[in-house]
Amino acid sequence: MNFKTTIGLEVHIELKTNSKIFSPSPVEFGDQPNANTNVIDWGYPGVLPQTNKGVVEAGMMAAKALHANITRTQHFDRKNYFYPDNPKAYQVTQADTPIGTDGWIEIEVEGKKKKVGIAEMHIEEDAGKNSHNPNGYSYVDLNRQGTPLIEIVSKPDIESPDEAYAYLEALRQRIQFTGISDVKMEEGSMRVDVNISIRPLGSEKFGTKAELKNINSFNFVRKGLAFEEKRQQKILLAGGQVRPETRRYDETTGQTILMRVKEGAEDYRYFPEPDLPSITIDDEWIKDVEDKMPEMPGKRRARYVEELGLTDYDAMVLTQTKEMSDFFEATVAQGADPKLTANYLMGDVNAYLNDQKVDLQETKLTPGHLASMVKMITDETISSKMAKKVFKAITQGEEPTSWVKAKGLVQLSDPAVLKPMIVEIVDNNEQSVADFKNGKDRAVGFLVGQIMKQTKGQANPKVVNKILMQELNSR
Amino acid sequence: MKFFDITVTELHQKLVDKELTVTELVSETLDQIEADQKVLNDFVTINREGALAQARAIDEKGINPDNIWAGIPIAVKDNIVTKGIKTTAASKMLSNFIPIYNATVIERLQANDVIIIGKTNMDEFAMGGSTETSYFGDTRNPWDHTKVPGGSSGGSATTVSAGNSIAALGSDTGGSIRQPASYTGIVGIKPTYGRISRYGLIAFGSSLDQIGPMTRTVKDNAALLNIIAGMDERDLTSSDKKVPDFTSKIGKDIKGMKIGLPKEYLGDGINEDVKKVVRQAVETLTNLGATIEEISLPRSKYGVAAYYIIGSSEASSNLQRFDGIRYGHRAQNVKNLEDVYVKSRSEGFGDEVKRRIMLGTYSLSAGTYDAYFKKAAQVRTLIINDFNKIFEDYDLIIGPTAPTPAYAIGAEVDDPTTMYMNDVLTIPVNLAGLPAMSVPAGFSDNMPVGLQIIAKPFDEETMYQAGAAFEAATEVHSKHPEMEDK
Repeated sequence: MNFKTTIGLEVHIELKTNSKIFSPSPVEFGDQPNANTNVIDWGYPGVLPQTNKGVVEAGMMAAKALHANITRTQHFDRKNYFYPDNPKAYQVTQADTPIGTDGWIEIEVEGKKKKVGIAEMHIEEDAGKNSHNPNGYSYVDLNRQGTPLIEIVSKPDIESPDEAYAYLEALRQRIQFTGISDVKMEEGSMRVDVNISIRPLGSEKFGTKAELKNINSFNFVRKGLAFEEKRQQKILLAGGQVRPETRRYDETTGQTILMRVKEGAEDYRYFPEPDLPSITIDDEWIKDVEDKMPEMPGKRRARYVEELGLTDYDAMVLTQTKEMSDFFEATVAQGADPKLTANYLMGDVNAYLNDQKVDLQETKLTPGHLASMVKMITDETISSKMAKKVFKAITQGEEPTSWVKAKGLVQLSDPAVLKPMIVEIVDNNEQSVADFKNGKDRAVGFLVGQIMKQTKGQANPKVVNKILMQELNSR
Repeated sequence: MKFFDITVTELHQKLVDKELTVTELVSETLDQIEADQKVLNDFVTINREGALAQARAIDEKGINPDNIWAGIPIAVKDNIVTKGIKTTAASKMLSNFIPIYNATVIERLQANDVIIIGKTNMDEFAMGGSTETSYFGDTRNPWDHTKVPGGSSGGSATTVSAGNSIAALGSDTGGSIRQPASYTGIVGIKPTYGRISRYGLIAFGSSLDQIGPMTRTVKDNAALLNIIAGMDERDLTSSDKKVPDFTSKIGKDIKGMKIGLPKEYLGDGINEDVKKVVRQAVETLTNLGATIEEISLPRSKYGVAAYYIIGSSEASSNLQRFDGIRYGHRAQNVKNLEDVYVKSRSEGFGDEVKRRIMLGTYSLSAGTYDAYFKKAAQVRTLIINDFNKIFEDYDLIIGPTAPTPAYAIGAEVDDPTTMYMNDVLTIPVNLAGLPAMSVPAGFSDNMPVGLQIIAKPFDEETMYQAGAAFEAATEVHSKHPEMEDK
C-alpha cells in the first residue's frame, strides 16, 4: 500500500522589540531571573496591559513577507489556563482575528518549485520559564513573559519531511529579511511544532495526526518527521490505528518518543480581551509599513545578478541570511569588486565562521576592512597569497592597509626595481640558463624561487615571470 | 468634626484660614472613624500613621489656596491598590497583601495632596450588593444598624453617610456605588466607562468596572471627579476625551431639559415607597422647569441575565491570577502544583466569589459559549441601542436607583437570585457604559431612597446640573443618621 503524507507546521517567531508586548519591561536575554519584569509581567492585582504599537507593525510586516492578507479590524483574545509561567493564568493572543490570513511562500525541493499555503498568523505574548531544582523547589523566571511572538500556521500543503525542511528554510529567510526577528532556533527566537499524518493514497480523509514538540533544529524536524512517517506506515500496514499523540524527537537515537496521548481538546475558554481596545488598520498604515519594508531575498538575488554580475548560484548563497547579504552589500558599497567580495564571503569568511562556530556579527570582521583588502588585491598591492595573511589579520580586527604597511607586506611590482635583481640572479646562475636553453622548464621555477627568496616573497609573481622570460630569451 | 453640614470648599477655607491645621483635621477624622468602627465596621484598614505623616508634611508645606483638595482626608474602597497600605478586596485571598504600586487614581489624589484616611470594607472582590460577603465581616447601615448599607462599596457609603469622611472612592460594576449611595442617603456616581483609569482597580468585570466618587453633596462629587478623571496611558480603555470642569453647570437651572422616565423602572418588583419617592422627584423636577415623559427601555429586563454572564465570565478570567504562586493566600500541606491551585483558591475565596467563577467558567466553555457569553454580548448591544435611541430625544433618564430601601442584614445573603435582582435598575447603565448618579430623594420608614439620573456618554456635566438642581430643591440631603440613637 502507498501512503500520502500531510505535514502541518506551527512556527513561533520571537519579535526583536525593545520592550514587551503589553508592558514597558525590556526584552533582554541572559539577565538575572526576573530582572526584566514589573508588576504587569507578574500579573499583579489591578494591572492592565499596554500595547506596544511596534508589535502590530511587525505583524503587518510578517504578513506582507508571507503574502498574507492583513486583517483590518482586529482584537485580542484571552486563552485561559493555569501554569506558574503564565502569571495571569491567561495568555493574550488572537484567536478570532489573526493579523494575517491566507498567505503563501515558495519552496524548492530537488529543483521542483511549490507554493505552501499559510492558513493564518497571529500576535501573542510569550510565557515565562519554569525550572525545577533538585532542592525540591521549582522556580519561575518571568523575564520572557510578555515577549512578543508571531505564530505562523501552515496549511496542510506539505507532503514530505524534505518539503517541511525547505518550508522552514524559506520561512526563516523571509522573516529574517524583514528584520523583525533574529529567527534563531538555538536561541529560541524561532520555535517549531509539527504535526504529521498519513493516509492511503487515494483516500480523501486525513489520517490521525501525531504532534512533535520542542524540536531544536530544522534537521531534527526533518529526521523526526521521517521517523514518524515510517512509524505510522508500519502501524497502518500492520492493520493498526495511529493514536492522537504528542511525541518528542530524541536526538541520540533519532526516534520519536511518546509524551502523552491526547484525550479530547483542552478548553481554553477563549473570549475577547476586555482590557484592550480593538485595532483598526487603514490603508495609510499599510502603505506606511510597505514603505518601511526591507527588500525581500528574491529581489536582492535578481539585483545581484543583473546589476553586480554575480552568478545565480553566488546570488543565492549570499542571500541565504540577511547578515551575509547586508555584509556583502556594505563591502561592495565601499568600492570592492563584487565577484571577488562574493568569493571571499562564500570561501574564506564562511570557512572561518564554520571553524569558529560563530555568526558573522559576532566576529571582528567589518565590511570596511574586507573592502580595503579586496581593493589591495585588485590593484595588485598584495598578492592573493599575501591576502591569506591579511585575512587572518582582519579577523583579528586589524585595519588591513596599515597592517600590510607595518608588516612590510607590500607586493613588489615595479619593473625598475625588479629588473636589476633578476639580471643579477640570471648572471649568477649560468647552469640554469643552459638548462632553459635545453628545454628544461624546471630551471624557470628555480630562478623564480631565487628571486622570491631575495625579495622575501614580496615580488609580484606575474611581473617577475614576464621580466625573467624576456631576460632568458634574450640570452 | 462630623462632615454632615460642611462642603469640601468650606473645609478648604478653614484650612486656608488656619482655623484648623491638616493634622488636626486628619486626627479628628481618624478619631471619629475609629470610634464608630466597632459598630459600623466600615473600614478594613485605617491608615492612622500614614495619614498623620502626610498631614504633617502638608502642614509644613502649606495649603495651596487654589487646590480645594489639599489636605482633605478621603476614604478609599479596598479594591483600589495603594502602595504600602494593605489592599485586600475584602478577601481572605489578599488579607495580607501590601501592594508595591499605586493605582492611577491614588497617584492623582496624592498629586493633589489628598490624604488616604483608610481602606473601606466591601463585598469580596466587589461581588455582592450588601457588603455581607466581605471576609472582614458585615458593614452596618448608619441609619439602622440592623440593615445592610448596600454594596459592594458599602464601607465607602457608610463612612460618608455617618459623617465620618467627607468623601470616598468606590467602584461600580453593576451598581456598586449607586445602590449603597441610595441605601445610605448620599451622592454616588458611576462615571462614563473610560472616564477614569482602571489601572490599579482590582478587576472584577473589566468591561463594566468604573471607579467613582461618593460624597454628601453633588458639587463635592463633581469636584472630586475633576481631579481623578482623564486619560491614562496605562489603561488603554481610558478615554482621551477632554476632561471638563464637572462643576461648571452646577447652579444652572434645568428649564427646558427633556428627561425620560422608563416605564420599566416603575413596574413590578419596585417597592411602593420607592415609586412614591420617584414620583415626588418627577414633580420636583417638573417644578424646576424640566419636561418629564414616560419612555420605554424594552430590553432592560434582560440586563440582569446578560450582566451576570458577562461580569462573571470576565471575573472568572480576571480572578485566575490569584493562584497562590506569587502573592496572596497559599494553602499549606500541598503535595503538588494542582494542590497549590485548588487548595489556595478553595480556601482563599468566599462562596459568592466561587459562585461567580463557576458561572463565568461555564458561560465561557466551548460547548456553552454561544448560548451564554455570545448571546449576552448580543443582548448588551441591544440594550446600548435602546439607550442610544432614547438619547436622541432626551437629555437624561431618571428612575429609582434600587427597587427597595436597605434591607435587614442576613435577609438575602443566602438567596443570590433575589439579591441579583436588586441591581436590575443599575445594571443596564454599566452594560451601556453610561454615566449615572444616585442622589438622595426621600425616605421609606426612615431609610433613605435614592433617585438615579442617567446621562449620555461623557455628559456627566448635565447629570451633575440636574442632580444639583434637584438637591437644592429638596431638604432630603440635609438629614443625616443619628449614631447615638441606634
